[in-house]
Parts: sequence; structure tokens; C-alpha cells
Amino acid sequence: MKQVILGAGLITAMLGSIVQAETVFVTLEKDNALAVIDPIAGKLLKTVEIGQRPRGLTLSPDNKYLYVATSDDNTVKIIDTETYEEVGRLPSGEDPETFALNPAGDRLYVSNEDDNLVTVIDIPNKKEIAQIKVGVEPEGIAVSPDNQWVISASETTNMIHWIDTKTNAIVENTLVDPRPRAASFTADSTQLWATSEIAGTLMILDVKTRQIIKKIRLDIQGVSADKIQPVGVVIDNERRWGYVAIGPANRVAVINAQTFEIEKFLLVGQRVWNLAFSPDQKRLYTTNGRSNDISIIDLENHKVTKSVAVGRFPWGVVSKP
Amino acid sequence: MDRLLRIMAGFFLLFLIQKSFAAETQIIKIAYITQEQKIPAALSNLDAFVQHKGMTGAEMAIAENNITGQFTGQKFELRKIIVPVAADIVQVFNQQLSDDTVFIISNLPAEQLKQLTDLDSARISISEKLFFDATTIDDSLRNEQCAKNTLHMLPSRAMRADALAQYMMKKRWNKWFLVTGMTEADQHYSMAIKRAAKRFGIKIVEEKQWTHTYDARRTAQSDVPVFTQGIDYDVLVLADEQGLFGEYFDYRTWIPRPVIGTQGLVPTSWHRAHEQWGAVQIQNRFKVQAGRWMEEEDYGAYLAVRSIGEAAVRTQSNQMQTIKNYLLGDEFALQGYKGNPLSFRSWNGQLRQPVLLAAARSLVAVAPIEGFLHPKTELDTLGFDQSESTCMKTSTDNNLIPPVTTVEENTSEGGSKFQKLKQLIINKFQSFEWK
Repeated sequence: MKQVILGAGLITAMLGSIVQAETVFVTLEKDNALAVIDPIAGKLLKTVEIGQRPRGLTLSPDNKYLYVATSDDNTVKIIDTETYEEVGRLPSGEDPETFALNPAGDRLYVSNEDDNLVTVIDIPNKKEIAQIKVGVEPEGIAVSPDNQWVISASETTNMIHWIDTKTNAIVENTLVDPRPRAASFTADSTQLWATSEIAGTLMILDVKTRQIIKKIRLDIQGVSADKIQPVGVVIDNERRWGYVAIGPANRVAVINAQTFEIEKFLLVGQRVWNLAFSPDQKRLYTTNGRSNDISIIDLENHKVTKSVAVGRFPWGVVSKP
Repeated sequence: MDRLLRIMAGFFLLFLIQKSFAAETQIIKIAYITQEQKIPAALSNLDAFVQHKGMTGAEMAIAENNITGQFTGQKFELRKIIVPVAADIVQVFNQQLSDDTVFIISNLPAEQLKQLTDLDSARISISEKLFFDATTIDDSLRNEQCAKNTLHMLPSRAMRADALAQYMMKKRWNKWFLVTGMTEADQHYSMAIKRAAKRFGIKIVEEKQWTHTYDARRTAQSDVPVFTQGIDYDVLVLADEQGLFGEYFDYRTWIPRPVIGTQGLVPTSWHRAHEQWGAVQIQNRFKVQAGRWMEEEDYGAYLAVRSIGEAAVRTQSNQMQTIKNYLLGDEFALQGYKGNPLSFRSWNGQLRQPVLLAAARSLVAVAPIEGFLHPKTELDTLGFDQSESTCMKTSTDNNLIPPVTTVEENTSEGGSKFQKLKQLIINKFQSFEWK
């Protein structure tokens, strides 16, 4: 009898681990929907109606909720990651596109591109607590893992604005290459990696001095310079590799994060825009806006293993364990 | 490594300057000059006449410059001067702009602009001016009549014609039937079309001048078919800048052929159908502010004021020479919502840029068309390239290239960088003294 119970327990445990397989969520800008994907099987599981023109999305630290900017609804929706039901809305300001969550998961920083503002939202109280004036067309936004900095990149002012999370005030502004798009901190919060769409560069900034310490031109042989428009950028936790999505060049650059050398370019779908790691950082997912699919990259071999058709204009991507 | 050092040194310099001037605001004075226009004859009442096209573009750019300026301790001021229809432009200029305003945005026809740029009071006074021609597309202003104190924001007729030719080459529609209107501007457009045809190996199989009555509502149905009868061609190219007859060619030609040029598929710097590369955002911003779509004149004025903003922020200066050197130097890269970064051609002050090829409701292509190559930048496949330019040859004092570049030619790689940095430092200190 005891053995039977033990056996049953074992089976439940196994079942449990199967149920907890990884799920990838992708916003579909033109389908007004969220795609739910099983990345191991490489299958689209489900498409859920979510609101007008969904773009930026992120997961709460406990993985229970998804925050999705539904730009044409002028709100950030809170979605239950099990039921896909809307459980609340956040006052994001007009036309939210990109945002960043602090590590504790109680503050959301939203770029309001048309109003040249960053809106700070208190998530538990669903209240706007501050608006910070930044440069023209703020887009890329990130919170440092040590929760000291929020950075906002303004595309027309060409600056990275360094906002102190304690005071919600700008401490410094760094002039960068034209039309900065996306930015990510390294896991140790010592570097900020930012892309310039117009100059076709990746810029590495030292967080301590807030100055550029390295610029990498992402030239690809046989691809004309105007197609080199880097957007999304991510760096792995050990800072071994960084990855940059190069938009209409249809490639992801693999960059050695220690030497800043370009290791290689991986051919993915068309107009690759945003990137997300799997929770174990063994895979990278890319949203390919024009080919309506996501590419799955095996990071051990740096090889594209699969592409999964997901719907029209995939925009943002996150992965939940 | 050298480059890294240079960048770091540059930033250090910026940092120093920013620190020392943190307290006081630097003022950058810009004037926008235009003349009232008589309402011209028009083919239809579909598009209302807009007085002061261009002004909203300048206003929007000033607001954007000032948002950036809050972070750099700079304030951009825009003074608008609207000259009445009958008034003398030179007199107004001398009366109102003999002060320390050095950056002049011009929304004036070529002849008037030329009058101003040639004035002694604009060239050799203590407040030497830098003109930003926001609206002309005149080729001679960029060639034999060029002035060293003028930068041109919109693509010239030659650039537009080359853009058309490149796309037609791609389509292999290379037998053209050219129809030219009666005005002087039409003749200029026609010349640019012929130049482009020659450059890209396109054959102009027939050339005719439209001399019929302009009340084409009566004549279009009967005149256009007869006018185009008996000619074998791939596309019909129109040179009718004012829009007096061109619209009546499409669907009325004897044989079914597309219409391009000033009507039909048009080469332009800006178009309401353009929405790539962030263009949607500026289109929306503009519409909210002006209550209408952004036009080329607005785009030109916007880019002019943004150029000054970009140069002033990067150099932390409000001095004419420093700004001009920066604008004509290698570092300058302006975001113009057309993919490529925009910069100035040092030989004639023309802003390098992609040219849109647009139909009424859709963007058909963006030139330079893929496959047209250039050793320096594909953008220079459009218009007069350095070797073709007559700007340097005919005018004696037309040294548009900033002195830094001249130094660079005679020194080794490392030396030139040093020179550049030195020049940068000199410029900074000059701006200190003159404040």
C-alpha cells in the first residue's frame, strides 16, 4: 500500500513537471491577439483575443500575470497566464508601446511616445504615481536588475535618460547615435547595451560613468547599409553572449559579450524585431514581423532550429517556465 | 582603439563644457523668412491652397529642439519674418536681420534666396549668416550659382529625376515620352528628366510641349488622346510643376501607359502615404499640430531646424562656423524618417536623402533603388555627384568644405584625427570667447 502511494506520488510529480512545460507568449499587432506557443514541440497552442494593437508585453516576477500594452486601447492590460482572462488594467497614458517592470514587480515604467513622457505606475494600487519629461519620441526603456536606474531612450532627441528610481528624476543624459531604439542592462547592472537604428550600431555604456565605452557597427557582407536597423537586444546572465535583432536585415547578431567581437549572424524570419530568452537561457525566441512567425535559436550551438507561424505582425515575446 | 580614444576624448570634452555651462542657458537664434504668396491658378479645388506651408514644420522642430535643449542647457528661438507680397525682400532682410541671428531658414523662391545669400550684409558682416534653403528644388542654385553660405534641404530636380529613372530601369520601362509645360520651372524639370535619361541609358522617344488651353476640363477628353496618338513608348513623363494640365493625362492617353513625373508616380521628399521608419509618428504629430498633412515645404523647414538642433547639441555651440563645420563634417547624421541617416554633400550643400516614389495613395518605391551602387554612399547615385558638380569650379570663394577636411587630406591617418580633435577644441574655445 505504501509503495502504491509512493508510486502515485511519483507519477503526480512527473505529471507535474510535464504540465509545467515552457510557454511562449507573443503579441500579434495586426491580429489584436496573443499567441500561446509550446516552444519545445514548436507548436502554436492557442490564439487569444486581447485588445487593439497589442505590442509590448512582460511577465510578473511570479509568472502569474502578463502585462500587455494594447496601444490603441490606451491601456496596459493585466492577463492571467493560466486562464488568459483580463484581470485588470493599468493607467498607461496614451498609446503605450514599450514598458519595463522593476525587479520587485510593483512598478511599471511606460514610454509615452507622443507625449515625450515616461509614466510610472504603482501596480498594486493601479495608479499613476509620476510622469517624467524625457526627450522626443521615447521608446526603449529598461530597469537595471539592481533597481537603481530606469533608462529611457528618446529616438529623436538621441539621448539615453538616466532616471533614479528613488526620486523618479533624471540624473544624467547621454548623447548616443541617432534614433536609439532598444536597451538592456547586463545581469550585474554594470553595463547598458543600446541599439541605434539609423547608425546601425550597438553601443555599450558603462553604468558607473554613463558613457559609451564601445560602439559596434553591425555591418553584414552583402546586405546594404540601410537594412542594418538594429532593434531588440538581450545579454545572457553570465555575460557570455549578447544578441541583437537587426530588423529588415532578417538576422540576429551574436556578440561575444567579453571581447565585443561579432561572432556570427543568424538568418531568421523577416523584419526581426524583439528577442526573449527561454527561462533556462538555452533558447532564444525572435519575433519576425513581416514573415508572421517566430524563430527559435538553440543557444548551445547558435543555430536556428525552428520557425513557428504565429499570426500577423508578431511584435513582443516573453517566455514563462 | 584610436576611434575609441577619440570618442572618449570627445565625450570628456562635452562633459567638461556641459559642467562649466550648466548654470547659464545658451541661446541659439534662428530666423524663418518667407514671402506672402498670391494664390496661384490651380487645376481643381480638391486641394485647398495653404498659405505659409513650411512654417508648421519649423515650429515643430523648434519645439523638439527645445525638449532636447532642456537637457543640454540650450534654448532655441525662432523668429518668423513674413514679407508682404509687394515688399522688397532685400530691404526687409537688411532692416530685420542685421542683428546677431545667424541661422536663416528660407522659404523663398530661388531668385529671392540668391539675392539674399549674395548680400554683403549676409556674407561679410560680423554676423555672417548660414542659410537653410528649405523649399527650392533648383539645380542651378546647387551648381553654377551655388553660394557657400547655403545648405539645401529638399532634393533637387536632378535627384528627383534620377530617382524616377532608377525605378524605371528596374521595371525596364525605358522608352519615355516627355511632355513639358510652358513655364520656366517646367523647362527646368524637363532638363532634369533628360539628364537622368542620359545618365541611366533611357531613351526619350518623343518630346512634346503642351501648348493647349489650360482649361483642360474641356479639352482633356479630346486633346490628350490625339496629343499622344501614334507614339510607341513605355511611360509618359510629365513636366508640369504647377499642376496646370498634368492630371488629365492618366487614363486618357491613346495607348494604355503609366504616367510619371510631376503627376502620376511622383518623386518627392515627403508624402502622406509614407509611414515606414517611424514616419507614422511624425505624420501624426504634424497633423495634430497643423490640422493637415505634412507637405514637402514643412519637411524641408523641419529638417533645417532639426539640423541646427542636432549640430548645436553635439557641439554645444551657437556659433555659425562651428555649426557649419559640424553639419558638413563626417559625424553629422540626421534622422529624417526615411531609413538612412541624412547628411550634407560637402561640394554643394545639398542634403543627401532617399527620394520617395509615390502614387496618390501608396508609396511605390524608395530610391536609391537596390542595385544602383556608389563607392561612397548609394545616396549619391541621386543628383549631381562630386565629380559632376559645377559648384566648386565656377565660383571662386565657394569653399564649402570645412577646413578640417582639407587638413585631413594631407596628413596621415593618426595625424588627421589629432587635427580633427584639435579643431574641435579650437572651435569650443572660440565659442567660449564669443559668448
